Amino acid sequence: MEPLFLEGSPKTPHVRFDPATGLLELKGRSIPENSIDFYKPLIDWIERYGRQACPKTALHVQLEYFNTSSSKCILDLFKRLESVRAAGNEVTVLWHYEADDEDMLEAGEDYSGIINIPFKMIQIAEVGGE
Amino acid sequence: MADLLDRVHDLYDELEKHRVMLSFKGGLSPELITVLLGLIERKLDGIEPDARARKRVFNVVVECLQNLFHHNGHLRASTEGVERTDEPHGVVMIARTDKGYSVLTGNFMRGSDVSQLKSHLDRINSLDAEALREWYRAKLSDGQYSQVGGGGLGMIDIARRSGGKLEYAFVPYDKDNAFFSLNVNVNT
Repeated sequence: MEPLFLEGSPKTPHVRFDPATGLLELKGRSIPENSIDFYKPLIDWIERYGRQACPKTALHVQLEYFNTSSSKCILDLFKRLESVRAAGNEVTVLWHYEADDEDMLEAGEDYSGIINIPFKMIQIAEVGGE
Repeated sequence: MADLLDRVHDLYDELEKHRVMLSFKGGLSPELITVLLGLIERKLDGIEPDARARKRVFNVVVECLQNLFHHNGHLRASTEGVERTDEPHGVVMIARTDKGYSVLTGNFMRGSDVSQLKSHLDRINSLDAEALREWYRAKLSDGQYSQVGGGGLGMIDIARRSGGKLEYAFVPYDKDNAFFSLNVNVNT
């Protein structure tokens, strides 16, 4: 299975999904006008990955901004991972948020309340701004 | 000529007086929104020392501009009343206030959609922060998508980040259309 690598842009996150290690990364900002266009290939990838998943999968989410158009797509992505976990694999979401960004921490807590995957909240130093 | 030149000075005074950071009227495209967001982000970096406030304002601007883009009557005012536009069309103004920032947007919409939007906004304004969060969570997980993915979360998110009530007005324009204005105060 091919890895999925996408460069970040001013409105879309950097993506690095590696099927060999089970390490998946979503990093940057996710504020496109049409999020379904952007997320569909990611969600399809995870569905294919689920058929031959690594015993351990870790998804790192480190977003500075995401819009409401992205929020449902991100939930969908988590749901596909939920199926990977339900098939007997270990799956973790590592939700990174900047120290001052309580809103982003809350958003992670909201997802973790909806999705049946263990979430780890990871506080990081501020990366935005300057 | 002198008249026109005076107006430039009036315009400058007006923008200065209202502490306007950005104002734009016209057709909107994803590319233009990217440019406007880049501009506002730069300005915020320069004037707002609190990172959390900066993020809240930026988030509200993103949602407001994207609302303007997606929920738009594709109309502009003309001498004949209104005329169709290819691109979504509207106005946006972002200004500083004594308490923080104000994000104003305006666009034409179908008159028949007014009552639905009005009741949505009224419901949002009737809820406190905790109730808004619960509603957001419920809507996030309801499995329903709009065509572009948001599924009705935009205004709720705007209200949550604003921390205040949404100020709005609908002005009937002609028999089919109304002009919708929204002011979001983000207090910092």
